[in-house]
Amino acid sequence: MLQPRIIPCLLIHNEGLVKTVQFKDGKYVGDPINAVKIFNEKEVDELIVLDIDATRLNREPNYKRIENLALECRMPLCYGGGIKTRDHALKVFGLGVEKIAISSIAIEKPEIISEIAQSVGNQSVIVVIDLKKKRFSSKYELCTHNGTIKTGIDSVEFAKKAEQLGCGEIVINSIDKDGMMNGYDFDIIDKIREVISIPITVLGGAGTLEDIGKVITRHGIIGAAAGSIFVFKGKYKAVLINYPNPKEKEELIKNYFPQ
Amino acid sequence: MITIVDYGCGNINAFVNVYKRLNIESKIARTASDLEDCERIILPGVGSFDHVMKQFNASGMREMVEKKVLEDGVPVIGICAGMQILAQSSEEGTQAGLGWIDGQVKKIDISQITYKTKLPHMGWNEIYHNGDFLFKDIEKNARFYFVHSYYFECDSKENSIATTTYGKVFTCAVNRNNIYGVQFHPEKSHQNGQQLLKNFANL
Repeated sequence: MLQPRIIPCLLIHNEGLVKTVQFKDGKYVGDPINAVKIFNEKEVDELIVLDIDATRLNREPNYKRIENLALECRMPLCYGGGIKTRDHALKVFGLGVEKIAISSIAIEKPEIISEIAQSVGNQSVIVVIDLKKKRFSSKYELCTHNGTIKTGIDSVEFAKKAEQLGCGEIVINSIDKDGMMNGYDFDIIDKIREVISIPITVLGGAGTLEDIGKVITRHGIIGAAAGSIFVFKGKYKAVLINYPNPKEKEELIKNYFPQ
Repeated sequence: MITIVDYGCGNINAFVNVYKRLNIESKIARTASDLEDCERIILPGVGSFDHVMKQFNASGMREMVEKKVLEDGVPVIGICAGMQILAQSSEEGTQAGLGWIDGQVKKIDISQITYKTKLPHMGWNEIYHNGDFLFKDIEKNARFYFVHSYYFECDSKENSIATTTYGKVFTCAVNRNNIYGVQFHPEKSHQNGQQLLKNFANL
């Protein structure tokens, strides 16, 4: 039986890992390679690593770091941050990364999605949609540069466009929910799930394994990604890299996965 | 020496990385002469059937790989689309496959899949293997990471050494003599995948 994917998402800032709240106030949570080693031991389904400095500072991907991460990763790795051209994407792919995540460049220049997909295959092109609910509206708009630039583009329409251009998977990343640990935003997840049929991974808001369970119950085969719950423990948010063990995961899936 | 064939399709470094961790020597082949000393061949593959076949045909390595595999009996393993091209043909394209194992590549039957995303079959799924040496020390229902929309249908049941279920049951690993293929990605399947690649090295 195919299982939904439960995916830790790690953010790199100033060479270290941080966890943000609504894309701000990054709290240092450790060293990237060390975290990957722990997640290997825990046998996580997949890993998303995003460099949150690269686009903001207009930097190219840090290839040396990516190479080190890929060398360590025993699971599929999705890497994003600073990939602006097909050549960047090919270079990152060549280092041993399965999934290339793009965000701001996909919004500025959507045809880049097709260009990269033709070179590395659709399934390897991931578009991360950082979105924020508009005030006094039911719409969610796309944001870039760590949420500091609002584009005015509707995220549901953009998801459809990304699929048409050959994107292999969409990561729905809620800025409002980031680090809040009070559950995923089902409103926008449902809306995007309704209109596209490529795989989706949701990110932002998971505070407990039950929150992950709820998204699995609602959408079945889906990627449930999270930051806080996999790097913090307890109500005082002590830093502790963690992931459900095989038994806990089996329980979770048994209890929440509709068969 | 494990030789990984780089013909522009697939994540070559992921295999290099696994063998580095296993302390088993490996190298990448980009020309036919790089294959002269090969003892094991890995044929990766990502992309559509026709694209992969065209790339392999244009790589200048096909003849040498065929000599090694079909005449010298060097063990080979095709991964993902690299497994699919072992068949004669595919519903996905019009190119002729290598035809090293009799069979056709078919689209996964999605009639019984109720999820919104029907294809690709992506994520971790259980496989059921027949105890072949390739699966030595790997549990009967171990999980592996898959990303694909087509599968290998063997003409002869004997060539199917493992199956998985997505919508319906289908073959996910094939073998005939020294020729192996797996639909899933052992290079990204944690301990099980590492064990499988180690077993391949020890065949």
